Amino acid sequence: MTDIPISNILFVSTALFFIGMYGLFTRRNMITMLMSIELILNSVNINFVVFNKYLYPDKLDGIFFTIFIITIAAAEAAVAIAIIINLYRSHRSIDVETAEEMKY
Amino acid sequence: MTASQIIFYILSAFILGTAILSVTTTKIFRSAIWLLFSLIGIAGLYFWLEVEFIAAVQIVVYVGGIVVLIIFSIFLTQQSGKEMPKPPMLRSIASVLAVLLGFALTYFLIYKNDFQAGDKSFDWSVNKIGNQMLATGENGYALPFEVVSILLLAAMVGCIVIAIKAPAGVSSTETKEQKQTNIENLKEKEIVEGL
Repeated sequence: MTDIPISNILFVSTALFFIGMYGLFTRRNMITMLMSIELILNSVNINFVVFNKYLYPDKLDGIFFTIFIITIAAAEAAVAIAIIINLYRSHRSIDVETAEEMKY
Repeated sequence: MTASQIIFYILSAFILGTAILSVTTTKIFRSAIWLLFSLIGIAGLYFWLEVEFIAAVQIVVYVGGIVVLIIFSIFLTQQSGKEMPKPPMLRSIASVLAVLLGFALTYFLIYKNDFQAGDKSFDWSVNKIGNQMLATGENGYALPFEVVSILLLAAMVGCIVIAIKAPAGVSSTETKEQKQTNIENLKEKEIVEGL
C-alpha cells in the first residue's frame, strides 16, 4: 500500500476541493451549488481518512470525524432542500439572484 | 507498476473527471448523475484504502440518501431537460484563475511538506469503532454522538416546519403586493355590488 506516496492521494482530494470551489463560483442554481458543497465535504473526508491511516495508524479519530461529517452533511442537505422547495413555492425560481429578499 | 497503483490512478481519474463534468454540464439532471458517479468513485477509493466501513457508510448515506434527495428536489422544482444558462465568460475565467491559483498554492504546501508513512498497519474494526464511539472516558466520543443525535432531531423537526404547507387562506405563492392588490380588487367589487 505504501507504493503510492501520500502526496498523490492528497493531490486527488485537493483537486476535488477546488473543483467544488469552481462549481460554487460559477453556478447560480441552488441545487447545483449544494452539489458543489457535497464535493467539498467529500474531499475533506478523504483527507481525514488518509491522514489517520498513514500518519496515526494506532488512533481512530479521523474515522470518527469522517463519520460525523457524513452525518452532518446528510442533515444539512435535508434542511437545504426543504428551504429550496419552500423558496420555489414562493418565487417560482431557485436562482440565487432572484432570492434577494427573504421576507415573504 | 503494481496493480494497486494502476487501480489508484484509474480511480483518481474517474473521480476527478466525473466531478469536473458535474460542475460544468449545463443540464441539471446530468449534473446530479455525474455527482452520483463521483461519489461512487470516492467509495471505491475508501475500499482501496482498506477502510471498508467508511466506504459502506459513504454508499449508504451519500449514494442512497443525499443523491436521491437531490434528484427528487430537481424533479420537484424544474424540468429536467431544461438547459441552465452558461455562466458569463468573465466569471468563468476569473473562477478558473482563482481556483488554479488556490490549487497551486495548496499543492505546493503539501508537496513541500514531506509526509512519512509509518510502518505500522492501520488496525480498525467495527468493534473498536463502536466501543470508542460510546465510551465516556478518555478518547471517548459519547458527547459528540449525543450532540449529533440532537442535531439530527432538530434538522428533522426543522425540515417539517419549513416544508409544511401554509394553512388555507394564507397562500404562500402570493407576494405581499399581490395580496394587497387582491384585497383592493375585492373592496372595489364590494363597492360596485353595494351600489
